[in-house]
Amino acid sequence: MSSAWSITRSVNPPRAAFVDFPLGHTTGRPHEPELTLDILSSALASAQAMTEPGTIVGLPHRWPVDDWRDDPMGARGAGGDSRTERTPERVYQSPDDEAAARDTTHADHCLNCIGIET
Amino acid sequence: MTTPVDYIAETRRIYDAQGFPSYRWIENVEPAPWTPIEVPLSAARIALVASGGIYEHGQLAFHHSDDTSLRIIENDVDSAALRTTHFAYDLTDARADINCVFPIDGLRTLAARGVIGTPANVHCTFMGGIYSARRVREELAPRVEAVMRSQEVDLVLLVPV
Repeated sequence: MSSAWSITRSVNPPRAAFVDFPLGHTTGRPHEPELTLDILSSALASAQAMTEPGTIVGLPHRWPVDDWRDDPMGARGAGGDSRTERTPERVYQSPDDEAAARDTTHADHCLNCIGIET
Repeated sequence: MTTPVDYIAETRRIYDAQGFPSYRWIENVEPAPWTPIEVPLSAARIALVASGGIYEHGQLAFHHSDDTSLRIIENDVDSAALRTTHFAYDLTDARADINCVFPIDGLRTLAARGVIGTPANVHCTFMGGIYSARRVREELAPRVEAVMRSQEVDLVLLVPV
């Protein structure tokens, strides 16, 4: 899947389906299950039909408004750069998650994690 | 089709405005590797591999400085137990419904409807936003490959953010 055409073109994967939605919505909008199902079905059917490596199919799904295109990475809204600091500390969605991870992690071994740096 | 946003140009603009050197995006000019899809979709075992900093409640979260680790997400996960953190995209809708960036409910429904054969037993997630292409190639990609090969999946649906 892709929501970033120029990046996908540059990476040149074997097969790609492009959805022209804002970042963070590669496979749909919240609580619209039929939209996600249609995106997935279309993408998978396109993949099966492709015969040339490097094909990118543009799916027909449209975001209801276009204003997101004016500031697609939220940079202007954030005063120039919307990215938060990239720190080597783990960032949890909530304190509950951090507590739960602490409970299930033994001697720095995370259940169902691969490649954790200790 | 409306002209898509050019994120390479957009990130270059953002970095230039701050005096940073331009990021060197990977450019693969050789033809992409190609494996024919030899099973019909209705019989295919399909796995999700997603970036976006997705983890399950109870797992360690990612850090944001070139984290090349994976999380294994079992196919029968309760999607309400999935979480996201990231430094470079608006998480609001992904946190409201993880299927925006990790369509696990959708994949399971496609299987129930007979559109695909079966979801894989496990799926993978990783942080993404890894600035070192070398570390993606040498650390992350082999880990993903090993998990996928161990399950004999027919198709991997890679969902980037």
